[in-house]
Amino acid sequence: MELLESLLDAWPQLWSGIQITLGLSLGGAALAFAVAVVLGLGAISEVAVLRGISRVVVEFFRGTSLVVQLFWLFFVLPQFGLRMDSMLTGIIALGLNYGAYGAEVVRGSLNAVPKAQWEGTTALSMSWVTKMRRIIWPQAWALMLPGLNNLMVMLVKGTALALLIFLHDLTFVVDNLRRTEGTYFAFGVGFALYYLISLGFSSILRALELRAQRKLGLKPTRAQTTKATAGAVA
Amino acid sequence: MPTDSGSQPQTSAPGSGDTPRIVFDDVVKKFGDTVVLNGLNFTVDKGERVTLIGPSGSGKTTILRLLMTLEHLTDGYIYVDGDPLTHELRNGKRVERKAKDVANVRRRIGMVFQQFNLFPNMNVLENITEAPVHVLGRSKAEAERRGRELLEQVGLGDRADAHPMQLSGGQQQRVAIARALAMDPEILLLDEVTSALDPELVGEVLGVLREVARNTDITMLIVTHEMQFARDVSNRVLMFDQGRIIEEAAPDVMFSDPKEERTQAFLQAVL
Repeated sequence: MELLESLLDAWPQLWSGIQITLGLSLGGAALAFAVAVVLGLGAISEVAVLRGISRVVVEFFRGTSLVVQLFWLFFVLPQFGLRMDSMLTGIIALGLNYGAYGAEVVRGSLNAVPKAQWEGTTALSMSWVTKMRRIIWPQAWALMLPGLNNLMVMLVKGTALALLIFLHDLTFVVDNLRRTEGTYFAFGVGFALYYLISLGFSSILRALELRAQRKLGLKPTRAQTTKATAGAVA
Repeated sequence: MPTDSGSQPQTSAPGSGDTPRIVFDDVVKKFGDTVVLNGLNFTVDKGERVTLIGPSGSGKTTILRLLMTLEHLTDGYIYVDGDPLTHELRNGKRVERKAKDVANVRRRIGMVFQQFNLFPNMNVLENITEAPVHVLGRSKAEAERRGRELLEQVGLGDRADAHPMQLSGGQQQRVAIARALAMDPEILLLDEVTSALDPELVGEVLGVLREVARNTDITMLIVTHEMQFARDVSNRVLMFDQGRIIEEAAPDVMFSDPKEERTQAFLQAVL
């Protein structure tokens, strides 16, 4: 009972922290996905220059610390006259960093689509856009979702770094609650809320994964299971 | 389509004044240090059905893959209806053609693969209509009408909505044939199309191809181990060994009275 009361008391604060954390997660994920797609497609390009650029960018953002990237955007860029608010800075840092990891997932998944499928598109004279959009991407999509799901969960937890650039995110709020409600309560609630947010995102991505697999006939619907013929695997 | 007559070679086109459908002019293909084709020349006339036979590694499949632009041509030229496919002679220099020009010529060629290569993210009908809609720019309705007609022809009129994985190998290969035909190719390349099938499924696929051969004038290049089929549909058989044509004859001559010892030994082994 006492616990519930504390929770109700703390809820307005917690809710504002959750909103910041969700905002960073969604914004960061959207940017990271865009970065991952662009760099991932660049990495398998037939044009050597594009491959090179993609390689360098991926290695740079994967190979340097997220905290340093965050500080660089927040403290160094303003000295060149580019000043962004904390939220935007956080989203950009998360997006670039996790986007670089995501690019490797995208690249690997595109490469994992069987060569026979690429050759099938050539034999039908498909343009690059048609082959990617209609044939290769839908198949790679099913392969990349487990990896992207992983990164999504890591990104959610990565948003905690935002308190370093003075954002009042969930971690900040929890740390504040420690003073009024005690460590047990504060960090217990912190654990639970991060877990629930991660669970929410990963469930959505898992559902997308199942849907993508079903579209490829990898997870047949119940009605189809009985009709499948033995020769199908031949 | 006007042709660049300066670079147009005329190798032995048997009994035809027309531009040959396919010309291989001094074609060289190397994989690393391995030379697969070393200066190959041959010509296929419009409407001809040519079967390529020979031991594995003799370069038959490579020839089809070069025509389909799935492999890079190391040296030499390939012409389709007199148009250079991937490389051309310009001002005395061998240059690679622009991707768009390659695509224009390649569009006349279709291919059926050993492993079918159907798209698993689409049902049977979508596999067939995809390229006519998105490559040839046909309307969806028209592509579907033609797609169903082709499915009917290959005996799968009732499987339009099925997923490729629900079909047997023989059925999948018949869909792949319909998919290639939906692009109205002038040339059809058949690359060991029955080699991945269980023996009892081979007949239905060959039956469909016999129909296509009978009812169309599509030029066909066939790589197969089905000698009876080769005998029935082809006008000419080329025997390959180590990337060279060592014997060339009409099928009844080739299969009953081969001249070369190498051909005799090969046919003895496969017949």
